[in-house]
Amino acid sequence: MSTTAVPTTAPAGPVAEPAAKPPRIRRRGERSRAASLASHGVLTVASLVALFPVAWLVYLSLGPDKDDYLHPGRIWSKMTLDNYAFVLQHTNFFDWLKSSLIVSLGTTVIGVMVAATTGYAVSRMRFPGYRKLMWVLLVTQMFPIAVLIVPMYQILSDLQLVDSYLGLVLVYCSTAVPYCAWLLKGYFDTIPFEIDEAGRVDGLSPFGTFFRLILPLARPGLAVAGFYSFITAFGEVAFASTFMLSDTKYTFAVGLQSFISEHDAQRHLMAATAVLVAIPVSAFFYLVQKNLVAGLTAGGTKG
Amino acid sequence: MTVTIDRATGKRRGDRTPQPGLGRRLKDGYQKYWYAYAMIAPVAVVIGVLVLYPLGYGLYLTLTDANSLNTARTIGVNEIEATYKFIGLDNYADILWGPTAYDRFWSHFIWTIVWTAVCVGLHFFIGLGLALLLNQNLRGRTFYRLLLVLPWAVPTFVTVFGWRFMLADAGIVNSALDWLHLPTPAWLEDTFWQRFSAVMVNTWCGVPFMMVSLLGGLQSIDNSLYEAAEMDGASAWQRFRFVTLPGLRSVSSTVVLLGIIWTFNQFAVIFLLFGNSAPEAQILVTWAYHLGFGQQPRDFAQSAAYGMLLLAILIVFTSFYRRWLNRNEQQLAI
Repeated sequence: MSTTAVPTTAPAGPVAEPAAKPPRIRRRGERSRAASLASHGVLTVASLVALFPVAWLVYLSLGPDKDDYLHPGRIWSKMTLDNYAFVLQHTNFFDWLKSSLIVSLGTTVIGVMVAATTGYAVSRMRFPGYRKLMWVLLVTQMFPIAVLIVPMYQILSDLQLVDSYLGLVLVYCSTAVPYCAWLLKGYFDTIPFEIDEAGRVDGLSPFGTFFRLILPLARPGLAVAGFYSFITAFGEVAFASTFMLSDTKYTFAVGLQSFISEHDAQRHLMAATAVLVAIPVSAFFYLVQKNLVAGLTAGGTKG
Repeated sequence: MTVTIDRATGKRRGDRTPQPGLGRRLKDGYQKYWYAYAMIAPVAVVIGVLVLYPLGYGLYLTLTDANSLNTARTIGVNEIEATYKFIGLDNYADILWGPTAYDRFWSHFIWTIVWTAVCVGLHFFIGLGLALLLNQNLRGRTFYRLLLVLPWAVPTFVTVFGWRFMLADAGIVNSALDWLHLPTPAWLEDTFWQRFSAVMVNTWCGVPFMMVSLLGGLQSIDNSLYEAAEMDGASAWQRFRFVTLPGLRSVSSTVVLLGIIWTFNQFAVIFLLFGNSAPEAQILVTWAYHLGFGQQPRDFAQSAAYGMLLLAILIVFTSFYRRWLNRNEQQLAI
């Protein structure tokens, strides 16, 4: 798949070889027709591969019967939106929407608010323990869910927080907060230090500098951290599946699984729900996607 | 590591300066740095309460024989006290070299390594290829880009179900293969094909992130470098090898590390694709989850011990990876 339109016949030695030049070297931006066609071909195939599973899900969601996914041809003649109507009217769809939003927004708000000052501190100041803090922030991000899920379950059971929104938000904060701090550090690093200096010269305390000057400038960075926390919390499966027990408190990630149980598999309804979830989330994702990528890699490279 | 300049004081760090005594340092430190500590206090508290305390508690649980039958629980109105006891390092010993340790740990361990290597390799090379294609002056490349990002835009828990429909016994994939008179493997039942489909689905999900990050890296390479290379008569391959690849170094080392960590910890794909039905295709993370929550009685202690082992593997790997990167950096500097 990693087809590049690059001829690989030229010697891979050092560049300086004045003698025995090939007669003509293709310059940048210049491509033969064939290379152009090949690029388009590969990209088209790749796009189809990327699109197909999602498109297929949409198509299946239009079939009225739960075994229609085995006979996709039949769906064409009896396409209907009944599944959507049923999901919206007779399932817990809106309960799931409510829980998903409460949990994801709660995580986002707490994550960004708690992490903001720390991101600033580790971006601007060097203090004893700095390296240790950065190390902890980094390591926390790579915690496999298996490390915390058992003790968290025990602790939350003791506190009667299993099957509560607060419990799930707290669990998500354990990853969202360090991650936001890390992302925000990357963003604060790009704000010129002269601004801080100007603030300090004019008599602001470090806190004043942060709240009055830097925080307003850092809105895009805060937004990226927020988006990221939101999307991560929204799509989380393991903790939500384990900690949310009553079916009105399921987030979408759990609710979707509940369509397929040992006794019954309502695949048509599941597909319809999946599409209803996917549309707003992907729209949101496309809106923020550019900032997201820049933020993710900037945080990492400057560690 | 490189010498960083302290932006607050303009002092260079990394230079060796004589250190004052400990007591003096603490006192000075408090006066000089109290605002820094005040600023990191919220995160320190959150990490302490939500990460370090559960981590410590989890570590303690791994030294006991806790399971769902002997931990404190409430049945109806009856509160039952915890009765599990301390058994030292037995859990770890049992996991690593107890009877049937191969089936329970090492086979999953090997499969996890293979899974991580194959997935990240595929992510990276497919992502790089697509990024190079998209970095050309092509008609419609924004459109391609939007389509290619789709697997990342749609939540994983949604797309995995799409794949499940496609890979089911008489699903579209097997219908298509049958129509082409090719063999139709049992994607979700046969061990090899379970693993194959897990890798396939995860590759599908993970390529867009690599592609978009590497495309960002490609676009940030200074154009004058290519011009200079061209003046020197470098061929397209040489420009790729000596300008593009070094220019991508910092981005790719980051995304590969992130990719390895994420893939190693990938839970949703395997869990949602197979549920509890495929013991052989579980990587360590999902296997630990299975031990702790997917079976009766729930074996909390072993599950937590798996978690600790996983974390240890990741930390060791990451520190070696960073050291290796730094070593390469120094070689480049010379």
